[in-house]
Amino acid sequence: MAHKQDPNEKVVYVGDSRIRKRDRAPAYPPDFSAYPGKSEAFIPNFLLKEWMVGVVVLVGFLVLVISEPAPLGYPADPLNGSFIPIPDWYFLFLYQLLKYPYTSGSYVGFGVVAMSGLPFIALLLAPFLDSGKERRFYRRPIASSLMLLSLVAASYLTWVSWNHYQHELAINKVTPEHIEREEKAREAREKGLPRPVPGKEKIPAMVAADDPAFKTMQEAQCIACHGTELEGGGAPALRGVGDKLSKQEIHDTILNGRGGMPPFKGQLTEEQINSISTWLEKQKAGAE
Amino acid sequence: MLKGMYNWIDERLDITPMWRDIADHEVPEHVNPAHHFSAFVYCFGGLTFFITVIQILSGMFLTMYYVPDIINAYYSVDYLQHQVAFGQIVRGMHHWGASLVIVMMFLHTLRVFFTGSYKAPREMNWVVGMLIFFVMLGLGFTGYLLPWDNKAYFATKVGLEIAGSVPYLGEYIKILMNGGTIVGAQTLTRFFAIHVFFLPGALLTLLAAHFFMIRKQGISGPL
Repeated sequence: MAHKQDPNEKVVYVGDSRIRKRDRAPAYPPDFSAYPGKSEAFIPNFLLKEWMVGVVVLVGFLVLVISEPAPLGYPADPLNGSFIPIPDWYFLFLYQLLKYPYTSGSYVGFGVVAMSGLPFIALLLAPFLDSGKERRFYRRPIASSLMLLSLVAASYLTWVSWNHYQHELAINKVTPEHIEREEKAREAREKGLPRPVPGKEKIPAMVAADDPAFKTMQEAQCIACHGTELEGGGAPALRGVGDKLSKQEIHDTILNGRGGMPPFKGQLTEEQINSISTWLEKQKAGAE
Repeated sequence: MLKGMYNWIDERLDITPMWRDIADHEVPEHVNPAHHFSAFVYCFGGLTFFITVIQILSGMFLTMYYVPDIINAYYSVDYLQHQVAFGQIVRGMHHWGASLVIVMMFLHTLRVFFTGSYKAPREMNWVVGMLIFFVMLGLGFTGYLLPWDNKAYFATKVGLEIAGSVPYLGEYIKILMNGGTIVGAQTLTRFFAIHVFFLPGALLTLLAAHFFMIRKQGISGPL
């Protein structure tokens, strides 16, 4: 607009409207060109410097990506009753928080609303709760100490949750599926076999199906999980198990259980376990 | 030639003021790591955006192979990771980037909190930033289900049970998220749609508001 403005005029032209002039100073701060010091243009000067930081991060990130392939376990099986669930790491603190006596069970509403919901709402509204003019953190002891306390609590809960998960894996003798899967792929590669795709493996035919050991297994309900033809189901296929485990290992597994499998010590006689493991050991891919 | 093209467009649309607004502003000394090394803490916001761009790009490439149904989801992920050229890298970037974006956003939030930068007049920008944080957590939660392996399935089941335990509303939230009463085929397509369309749409809108407010208000001054 080319026309001159009289600073004392109470009504000004904006575009093609006449509006009342505001008395208040604007709430937004002055432009930084008004500040002293070595300010510089955003593009290209400053952005190039920020890009340097970006490059350092990017290199570290790509090293991680290349050295650690993204994990993938076995296809989801809703009937799998023994899988130990674990959320992504940044949800662990919440997962752990909702496991304590007063945040779970019949108190879970309290846990979800008061212990998880309220802190997040407080965080959302932080500028209205901590509304003083002071910006330095050591001059805002309440806000700063609450934040530090939350940080310590969240770190502690994450640590406890992860430790508990590792502990559960250890007592159930479970290897996380994505690690087991990678191991199997590596073994297959070393033997020159094609990479196994879980759920799409060709299961070898049953060897010596008329063996009385199979009858014992049917009666002992092994087939409830391992499949009526031992083709697998809730538990792994047993056809071809002789390629993976020795007779002794099969024997010990039946005796003591493994992962989600219960121990059969006491339910089967030593003689029965022996005949089953002898028969299962014969279950090899090329044995016919 | 380029200048000619620019001038041709500028004559018609007057884009120079827009360009000056986006690019041609001064950045103060106290946030510049070249002048004060400790100012690298001011980079976390930019890095969050950088990783977000990586997430969007890698995600776009993943959807070229990913199939959101319960029979094929797992095998499409397996295929793109092991058979597709650079599939391992692209999925790796998306997987690890999801964690990194949370880390960067967390550090950015802490920087803003401890420098008191959310104080007047920047309250609204903090609120928008927290909404971005929640959208990111939502993206993390929905994306975790998509490979459809046991870890994904059971984590989602537990997560939705937690959502279901919210008083009064919980059961409705759970059914809405599940697309029924169980975690199943409906849940997967639903989570896919939320992960790929709904939340990114919300995220981009919020980011636009976030950046608009930063430009309007400037970076908070030195302490």
